[in-house]
Amino acid sequence: MKNRRLKFGIGVGIILAVVGWEAVSGFNQSKTYYVTVSELTQAQEARRQIRVGGTVEPGSVQRRAGKLTFRLAQDAKSIPVTYVGTDTLPDTFKDGAQAIIDGNYLSSGEFQAEKIQAKCASKYQAAPVSPASGQKNPKVAGL
Amino acid sequence: MNELGSLGIVAGLAFAAYAVVAGALGGKLRSLRLTRSAERAALAFFVMLTLAVIALEYLILTNDFHNAYVAEHSNRDLLTFYKVAALWAGQEGSLLFWTWLLSIYSALAILLNRKKNRQLMPYVVAVLMGTGAFFSSLVLFVANPFQELALASAAGTQPFTPPDGNGLNPVLQYHSMVIHPPMLYLGYVGMVVPFAFAMAALITRQLGDNWIRTTRRWTMVPWMLLGLGILLGGNWAYAVLGWGGYWGWDPVENASLLPWLSGTAFLHSVMIQEKRGMLKVWNVVLVITTFFLSIFGTFLTRSGVVSSVHAFAQSSIGPFFAVFLCIIVVFSVTLLFLRLDHLKSENKLDSLVSRESGFLFNNWILLALVFAVLWGTLFPLISKAVENVTVTVGAPFFNKTAIPMGLLLLFLTGAGPLLAWRKTSFQSLKRNFLLPLIVAGVSGAFLLIAGVRHFYAWMTLCLCIFVAVCVLGEFWKGARTRMKTARENFAQALYNLTMRNTRRYGGYIVHLGIVLLFIGFAGLAFKTQAKGSMGQGDLLRAKNYLLRCDGLVSGDTPNYEYTRALITVTKDGHAFTAMHPEKRFYKASQQPTSYVSIHPTLSEDLYVVLSGLDQDTGKAVIEVFVNPLVMWVWIGGLVVFLGTLLALVPSRVEREMAEIRKTQDIAVQVDDLGSGG
Repeated sequence: MKNRRLKFGIGVGIILAVVGWEAVSGFNQSKTYYVTVSELTQAQEARRQIRVGGTVEPGSVQRRAGKLTFRLAQDAKSIPVTYVGTDTLPDTFKDGAQAIIDGNYLSSGEFQAEKIQAKCASKYQAAPVSPASGQKNPKVAGL
Repeated sequence: MNELGSLGIVAGLAFAAYAVVAGALGGKLRSLRLTRSAERAALAFFVMLTLAVIALEYLILTNDFHNAYVAEHSNRDLLTFYKVAALWAGQEGSLLFWTWLLSIYSALAILLNRKKNRQLMPYVVAVLMGTGAFFSSLVLFVANPFQELALASAAGTQPFTPPDGNGLNPVLQYHSMVIHPPMLYLGYVGMVVPFAFAMAALITRQLGDNWIRTTRRWTMVPWMLLGLGILLGGNWAYAVLGWGGYWGWDPVENASLLPWLSGTAFLHSVMIQEKRGMLKVWNVVLVITTFFLSIFGTFLTRSGVVSSVHAFAQSSIGPFFAVFLCIIVVFSVTLLFLRLDHLKSENKLDSLVSRESGFLFNNWILLALVFAVLWGTLFPLISKAVENVTVTVGAPFFNKTAIPMGLLLLFLTGAGPLLAWRKTSFQSLKRNFLLPLIVAGVSGAFLLIAGVRHFYAWMTLCLCIFVAVCVLGEFWKGARTRMKTARENFAQALYNLTMRNTRRYGGYIVHLGIVLLFIGFAGLAFKTQAKGSMGQGDLLRAKNYLLRCDGLVSGDTPNYEYTRALITVTKDGHAFTAMHPEKRFYKASQQPTSYVSIHPTLSEDLYVVLSGLDQDTGKAVIEVFVNPLVMWVWIGGLVVFLGTLLALVPSRVEREMAEIRKTQDIAVQVDDLGSGG
């Protein structure tokens, strides 16, 4: 009985070790630091495997010879971004969209994005439906 | 209509609050009148919430854009089918919908149980309506769908009605997206019923068989619907998002998986309690965990605390949920500690090779999986709190942890049911496992010869065959016995066998469904893709398919404009099919979206996306995926669903047992009346 328990314990131990090792390696492989644009512009040093969120600066999107560049802005600061990934950009990526980019920041101050996610900013907020003032002011019904 | 809707929510909140107090007092004072009154208040809660839902649907269907919610989530030219779905397209509507589903579950739970579980009912009502009160106050005070638009000007505010609405988010305009949220929500919300019964059983110390039997059924229904919801979500992602996959380990997807996993653990370990009177504390913990994860999932989906592709706005409901979650934990855990004496195990684990230990392993792995997924999903928040940097982890982490654990679970899916209760002898192990192991081994060798070199995929397919032989063997053995003893033919024997014990054989069908799901998952390893710019006459090759572009056409519908690529496909040189992926531009929301063209077959899907137009050349950018075995994911999910339905049908054995219990209950009631009078 004792012998069996020992074998059993060893078996469970091996399984745990394999799963644990896989978890750690997967973790390191896909770990991405979330940083802000101002952190990048202040430090001015190269950083790998990072993620930055911000707004696609209106009018900055340029497609030349199959290469896409734009500026990603956050709180009045912005960085130049070159898209080096292979996936097709999401439909929601356009001027003024909120974007999350994954990739590496070079010491030259350029961000090489490998992955771009975007969501359309206007969609989920109150869009200017009023033709006159462009403002709307939701009010709770009289109860 | 806005007034009527708000009135419905206010009245609903009032009824719910009353039901909590009346239920708790009714239970405490053992007052039948108060309990009855609480039950009626809960039914009134359902009526009031129904009123509010009807009011909002009426506003949506009549294009009343004076209502802010309707203006944001619908437009005139939207198909009626999708207009109905606008109810759950946004934050406010979703929460109202959630609350309404809760009221339906509550009403059903009360109507179906108030005779059977007399003593539990007052507290069941109180817990259900406590949750109802929380959600209806959220809808009323924080996310009210009945707000009216007004213009602020120098002269003061004036009511405002825009000519048309912003429209439904185009990616939501797909048929499985219309039923995905309701199913998912039915799954999430339904977990409140088992929780309510668990709490009532703890409060009243009625911790015998009764609550666990009731709870098992009430867990199976939401578990089944949650699974279906997850599957439909995957189907939607696959058909609409255009990246060729159905599962991306997105926080919101993970959130829906968590209660499903812990619910699965509960549905298994509950059997040990029924058969052997063990794991009583553990089962209560699992019920609490599942409910907690359901609410937590709703919170994660709705509050925007973790950034997700499911682009929901940052919103103010987060703190309210955090408080509610704390209340759930403190309340339920305290109660559990106070009742630990009543939850003593009646038996001990006899052997490591037994049905019990099979279930135990299943529980550990499922819970480890819950922990891993939760850890990965919440890591941005954990790292922020600990080190003040936000670190996210992606798909590799989840895949690397989930695949080995999933394979262990898959093994147990086949092996577990063949183990005997208490102790399994070496002889019976040999008898039961020899054939499945041989068949799986031979098939494994064939797969290697056929060129399967991906380790995990190979392992998955071998295990699938092992499990299938194990489970089908159970049907075969059972049917053979009946054929001999009852002189039935094979089909009759199979039918009678299944109907006599629907729980067991329904469960086996669920296990077969899981096998089919894993076959589908294994296909992921053999995915191929290609991409290219295509003008008229251009060719693109993907695996053994050759795509030819016959040009682009543009068109217009009231709701959207589209550009469509005309593509003719040949397979191995033979004519195969024509595919028409589209790029659509929705007018109301001013958003583009892709319409994927999929040619599904049992062996593989051909998946073609028009991902854009090349700015320089004006050619179409076409992406092709060849996705093997994806169809088996949908089929497997459907089989799991049908198997669960079968297991919910009362079996002949159970019906006989219920008859016996009923006569006992009547005897008990007569006793009660006797002592009371």
